[in-house]
Amino acid sequence: MEELLPYTLFLKLTKLTKNSHFTFRCFVRGIIIGGASMAKYITKRIIYMIITLFLIASFTFFLMKMLPGSPISSAPKLSPEQLAVVEAKYGLDKPLPEQYVQYLGNMLKLDFGVSFQFKGADVTQLIIDRAGPSFQLGMQALVLGTILGIILGMVAALKQNTVWDYGSTLIAIFGLSIPSFVFAAVLQYWVGVKWELLPVALWKDGFASSIMPTIALAIGPLATAARFVRTEMIEVLGSDYIMLAKAKGASRFEIAFKHAFRNALIPLITVLGPLAAALVTGSLVVERIFSIPGIGEQFVKSINMNDFPVIMGTTMFYSILLITIILIVDILYGIIDPRIRLTGGNK
Amino acid sequence: MTQQYDKLSPDAFKPVKVNNKEAEQIAKPSLNFWQDAWLRLRKNKAAVVSIFVLFLLVIMAFVGTHLTSHGVDEQELSRANLPPKISWLAPIGIADGHAKVGGKDVDLYAQKNVKENYWFGTDGLGRDMFTRVWKGTQISLLIAVVAALIDVVIGVAYGGISAYYGGRVDDIMQRIVEILYGIPNLVIVILMIMVMEPGITAIIIAIALTGWIGMSRIVRGQVLKFKNQEFILAARTLGASNIRIIFKHLLPNILAIIVINTMFTVPTAIFFEAFLSFIGLGLQAPNASLGTLINDGYKNIQFQPYILAAPAVVLSILMIAFNLLGDGLRDAFDPKMKD
Repeated sequence: MEELLPYTLFLKLTKLTKNSHFTFRCFVRGIIIGGASMAKYITKRIIYMIITLFLIASFTFFLMKMLPGSPISSAPKLSPEQLAVVEAKYGLDKPLPEQYVQYLGNMLKLDFGVSFQFKGADVTQLIIDRAGPSFQLGMQALVLGTILGIILGMVAALKQNTVWDYGSTLIAIFGLSIPSFVFAAVLQYWVGVKWELLPVALWKDGFASSIMPTIALAIGPLATAARFVRTEMIEVLGSDYIMLAKAKGASRFEIAFKHAFRNALIPLITVLGPLAAALVTGSLVVERIFSIPGIGEQFVKSINMNDFPVIMGTTMFYSILLITIILIVDILYGIIDPRIRLTGGNK
Repeated sequence: MTQQYDKLSPDAFKPVKVNNKEAEQIAKPSLNFWQDAWLRLRKNKAAVVSIFVLFLLVIMAFVGTHLTSHGVDEQELSRANLPPKISWLAPIGIADGHAKVGGKDVDLYAQKNVKENYWFGTDGLGRDMFTRVWKGTQISLLIAVVAALIDVVIGVAYGGISAYYGGRVDDIMQRIVEILYGIPNLVIVILMIMVMEPGITAIIIAIALTGWIGMSRIVRGQVLKFKNQEFILAARTLGASNIRIIFKHLLPNILAIIVINTMFTVPTAIFFEAFLSFIGLGLQAPNASLGTLINDGYKNIQFQPYILAAPAVVLSILMIAFNLLGDGLRDAFDPKMKD
């Protein structure tokens, strides 16, 4: 299995980059030098991931216990006998260590308890129900942002120090600097309220109502990708093999797309992790502004209403999501470019 | 072409006498690293403008709150919801205190019998937006300074110690970092706020807990790179103490990277505070930060868009200026990285 995994990836990448020599070189090095250590590296990373999640979960549990009162302490008119029954039902009568073990066990079963805000709604079910719009928006924004960003960055690098370059740099700086909630609010005001081009908010008109939030979310990834691709492209365009391609008489187009572009793109994988984190952060405000029934909107509402089980459940959900993405990104990059080994460099 | 040469005086064609002593003379004074970087930074127009704008914003943040006679949370319902009015802009029709009420253009200042001008208008409780925006800018700048300090003090010390002492110390310290690195920032803040009152202290503690990790990794990498080089070996052979090696030999070499990284931490931290305040996790009323002001403005965007405009513009300018200055500093300190 371990041998197979890199091999299928190799085939896929070769297809993707059509530069089998480059991928092959990387893979030969990756497998021969790192084959065994790669498996070790992945195992190590997964262990760290589990430790991190365990720490977050434990921290959350003890914080909850530190908070004054318990979920049922405010329940009115319960006789001591009734209280005891309820406590027994939720396991609150057991000693703390036992409760802790039970809590961790529930978490393994992805059971985060019941919402205070919506009577009796299961937190896990709440998150699942609301995942659809968030996921759609996130994916649309990621695809739109990276594609536009790559185009902008390419144009800037190929037409370096021209109006095109300055224009795209300007867009990138603005996209990076202007907070997503300011951008979303302005977009909503002009496009939705003043010009009435698109639905102002809510999630009722299908794709049309996802356009504005997608644009608002995509502006961050767009700026990051544009800056990144520009720097990478310029570096690649200055390298020896591009000069060789030029000397062999390859056209500008061929050099840009066949030779430079694909190699400039590979390091872009590294920014996918931070981009995913930025998208989660962005989704909180964008979903709130456009009143989209997604996880982010729910989360902000729960924060304002002190709905602790939902806050905890969503926090764990976000932690698991982000940590998994970062892990996948690191592993992919480690496979593709063996020069980068995030082992900590202790040897 | 040839005619032009005829016009030149014959004096221009006298042979130059080579003086061996003068040949050794250096025409320009040699510049150290910082002078060189400053020269390059000065050529970067965007960075120079950013420095100027930031300077202006810092001054306004502290002077602006005293320019009007109104306190930050001084409420006066008789002057609520006034649009901006600036006397020297009014004749052109911008910021003249007029607003559309029920489809008609009305001078709200005349209607409400307010003599004074409110440069940024007032909010729903009649608070002066001008004072509130600059008060909010103060909070953003405070966060900027704190984030930078945490980065420099904790990040540099942690990364430096980890790399310099190496071995088991490095192992343990890096394992801790690896675990902390995995915890999303947002999660930490939310956990902090559940124990503490939401507010500036909670945000600062959250930044202190995770904000320095990026810096510590960069510093560690740099120290690892330098600590085995010959000049450190030479210093050690000559009997320099650890303290001296760190402060005299290592630190000056990595200072540029520390400065650049700090400059990129600052806008991130400012954004983070504004973001938290916007979703209701940051500062609580009646305190004003740019995030809470934008939140207030967002709620009234349909009828009083100016409440959103002022803090949103100030926050955006602040972020753009810090980002451009960061870019400029990076190019100035490391010309190889540019293009």
